[in-house]
Amino acid sequence: MTHLTEILVGLLTLAALWTVQTTILRAAIGLAATSMLVTLLMFQMGAPLAAVFELSVCAGLITVVFASTISMTRPLDDAARERCRVRRKRRFHPAFFAAALVGVALWATGYALEVTAPPPPAPPAVRDVLWGARRLDLVGQIIVLFVGVFAVVILFKPRGEEEEAR
Amino acid sequence: MTPAVWIEHYRLVASAAGVLFVAGLYCIVFSRNLLRVLIGTEMLTKSVTLLLVLAGAVTGRVALAEAFVITLIVLEVVAVAVAAGIVLGVYRQHGAARVRLLMELKG
Repeated sequence: MTHLTEILVGLLTLAALWTVQTTILRAAIGLAATSMLVTLLMFQMGAPLAAVFELSVCAGLITVVFASTISMTRPLDDAARERCRVRRKRRFHPAFFAAALVGVALWATGYALEVTAPPPPAPPAVRDVLWGARRLDLVGQIIVLFVGVFAVVILFKPRGEEEEAR
Repeated sequence: MTPAVWIEHYRLVASAAGVLFVAGLYCIVFSRNLLRVLIGTEMLTKSVTLLLVLAGAVTGRVALAEAFVITLIVLEVVAVAVAAGIVLGVYRQHGAARVRLLMELKG
């Protein structure tokens, strides 16, 4: 299990750092790859429902939202793209060192974890927690979803019709 | 499985969450493109998601952690959709999606 976790964490680090320093469309794809690797780690830790949500919503839906938004913008010309690439590389180089430093620090301090054995699975299932103890969260989620839909409808309202209405 | 293997596993996941957090923070602080800032925010959220599940696994309350993660993901997707709409609005208005353009919202 540890070898598999090591491989997954290594791939996750590479995907995250690639996402940070590449072009926007590739960054969106890198984010989806990061999400997929996070999903696998969640499965390993015994959280399958959260993992499925992460895979379908974060790796799927959010990537589609990003790709659609990017496709609605105009691409840069060759000279500007090259300028941006050089600037981005220079700006994001320290990110590699910072990420490595934090990763190693957390790795080292992880020895302080006082976990002697994997705890037994909790008796209540996710559905019991969601529909029982966290029922108010569901109400909040529904309200936020409606607010989000309303906001998107307002934001994407065609401008021509607005001007005509005035 | 021995406790040492589990502790090793938890340490690896915690360091992965740390790396994700730093990468996301860097993306937010050093980017001038609004979409890239949004991608950085997403990475921060992924780090928090991973830490929530890790905390649930360590304390043996995975079901509660999953409930929190599901709530977080729903809020995340709404926030991303609305933020993408705002980015497109800025782009349509100015012909670019740079962070500096949002300064004009002041006042």
